[in-house]
Amino acid sequence: MTRTPREIAAWSIGLLVVLLYAMIPVMWILSLSLKPATELGDKRFIPKDFSLDNYDTIFSTSEFKHALVNSIGIAGIATLISIVLAAMAAYALSRLDFAGKTVILSGALAVAMFPPISIVGSLFNIWRDVGLYDTWPGLIIPYMTFTLPLAIYTLSAFFREIPWELEQAAQVDGATPWQAFRKVIVPLAAPGVFTAAILVFIFAWNDFIFANTLTSTDNARTVPATLAFFTGGSQFEQPIGAISAASIVVTIPIIIMVLFFQRRIVAGLTAGAVKG
Amino acid sequence: MAEIVLDSVTKQYPDGYEAVKDMDLKIEDGEFIILVGPSGCGKSTALRMIAGLEDITGGELKIGGEIVNDRAPKDRDIAMVFQNYALYPHMTVRENMGFALKLAKVDKGEIDRKVEEAARILDLEQHLDRKPANLSGGQRQRVAMGRAIVRDPKAFLMDEPLSNLDAKLRVQMRTEVSRIQSRLGTTTVYVTHDQTEAMTLGDRVAVMRAGVLQQVGSPSELYNRPRNLFVAGFIGSPAMNFLPGRIQGDSISLPIGEVPLGEAQRKGVQGASGDQLIAGLRPEDFEDASLVGDQRDRGVTFKAHIEVLESMGSEMYAYFTTEHEGVSSKELEELAQDAGTAEVPGAEQGQVTARLDAASKVREGEEAELWLDAAKLHLFEPDTGRSLLADEPVSDQDRG
Repeated sequence: MTRTPREIAAWSIGLLVVLLYAMIPVMWILSLSLKPATELGDKRFIPKDFSLDNYDTIFSTSEFKHALVNSIGIAGIATLISIVLAAMAAYALSRLDFAGKTVILSGALAVAMFPPISIVGSLFNIWRDVGLYDTWPGLIIPYMTFTLPLAIYTLSAFFREIPWELEQAAQVDGATPWQAFRKVIVPLAAPGVFTAAILVFIFAWNDFIFANTLTSTDNARTVPATLAFFTGGSQFEQPIGAISAASIVVTIPIIIMVLFFQRRIVAGLTAGAVKG
Repeated sequence: MAEIVLDSVTKQYPDGYEAVKDMDLKIEDGEFIILVGPSGCGKSTALRMIAGLEDITGGELKIGGEIVNDRAPKDRDIAMVFQNYALYPHMTVRENMGFALKLAKVDKGEIDRKVEEAARILDLEQHLDRKPANLSGGQRQRVAMGRAIVRDPKAFLMDEPLSNLDAKLRVQMRTEVSRIQSRLGTTTVYVTHDQTEAMTLGDRVAVMRAGVLQQVGSPSELYNRPRNLFVAGFIGSPAMNFLPGRIQGDSISLPIGEVPLGEAQRKGVQGASGDQLIAGLRPEDFEDASLVGDQRDRGVTFKAHIEVLESMGSEMYAYFTTEHEGVSSKELEELAQDAGTAEVPGAEQGQVTARLDAASKVREGEEAELWLDAAKLHLFEPDTGRSLLADEPVSDQDRG
């Protein structure tokens, strides 16, 4: 397909508009995070003086470092558990015919439709009674629950794409169902697994409601919740610079995660399996 | 290597549909047997039951003398070639072929040796480190074969392995499959809907229709002594012509004329329930009357208006329509439908195909005098489709 210069120009302008629209707020935060405290209100897009004071500030307290560890740990574990469970559930849903299949699928969808805010209050009370309040599992469990439906739906779509003959070939080749799943199906569903993993991780990483409600100390408080508790150097000083710096820092793992997994989300992985 | 025995094996789906009914089949050790039939006849289901991919509802399946009804596919020691090959796309050709051995925890050096040997047989040596996506259709097909060969299993099961190849490659691979099978001497069950493949490949051919085994025999047996209308119509290309006929003494009245019955036919007719029959005539049992010579007495000559003439170079196919006198072909058609002619390609009543010698001077659109070899007439009962001649021993030579 050849494009005329006019088309190229039109596309470029269009992309630029979208890019600016999406990126300006992020750039603004980056700019804020690099400004010294005294220049925060100077309304300049490009800071007059660059300083890393804000970054020093957030990393000098244990508060933020703990939050970062909590975030990585909780989001990571929630992602892992959610994907493993979802993969098994999705495999069963896409391959087996059993009673109650539609009930499970619509049940999963119903869970996804629940607004988190509607259960967070009761969860707060229950967690305090059972001792999960302000612990890692206390956050991992709701994250897992709320991301499972999405992960199951994503993964079963991918599993359905894999020709059934491949498993049968593996079975005839001497594989147990588990071996066929692990050595043939999962590698082929890898793009789906990574897609689901990214979605789950982002949900857990960005969540504020659960993190804010179900934690009270550094024990399990994640970055988004911690940001809300940032205080300025004095009571008359806004912690805007520190919050901006923390926002930038907290975005980095997501970017790394997406870049890392994106390389694995290659289309056409099943090409050549069967004659189309 | 082992023999496979199906003892009234039945497959019934939960919705009550019977895909395979009471199938009895004994496949000898080292035999190459073909399951053939139109789509939906249960041949693939039968194969998948042998593989263990489909549960057996009733009956017994023995591989190598052991009942394997409830064994998982992996414990049956069989290899299968799928219609769409089902290669593992994330593995190289080498890994694809060695996968089964790796699962069986065979020593690495041994795997390499076996894979390379199979690759040599299949001419895949230079492709061992490529992925299936980068292979041509024929190469993928060979990899699928290779995956079966390296295992040295008790039996090969092949589910229409050549149907995805283009016509030329298919003929080439057909010879290849045949060569490999006779070289390895492994019991092979091969499913196809293509009667040419069935006739050319197998030691024995089992014809199936609507879940029921119709006839098992060598290709020439099926061709010359079909047990019923369905087998007669299914085997052979172009298909056998079917005409309604009425027995009158020692001859049969067909739309093309009065045809005297040979000895075998006369004997067969005695067992018929009525005097209305369906006569089956192979296209090659016709000839241009002017070319017949001294054989003329054996058959009858008749005039036909040739509607279409196809010259193949080595032979010609002449198509003409017959007119019916007295016998309602519609009635026969309905009766025969239950017996299976409905599933036979090109078996419309009244349409006749004749194969003529290339030297024939017959012209399209003109009246021609044709000759029919009466000794080769097949006779069927219209209501059951049963052949009246099937029990008669007829030597292959005699049948030509």
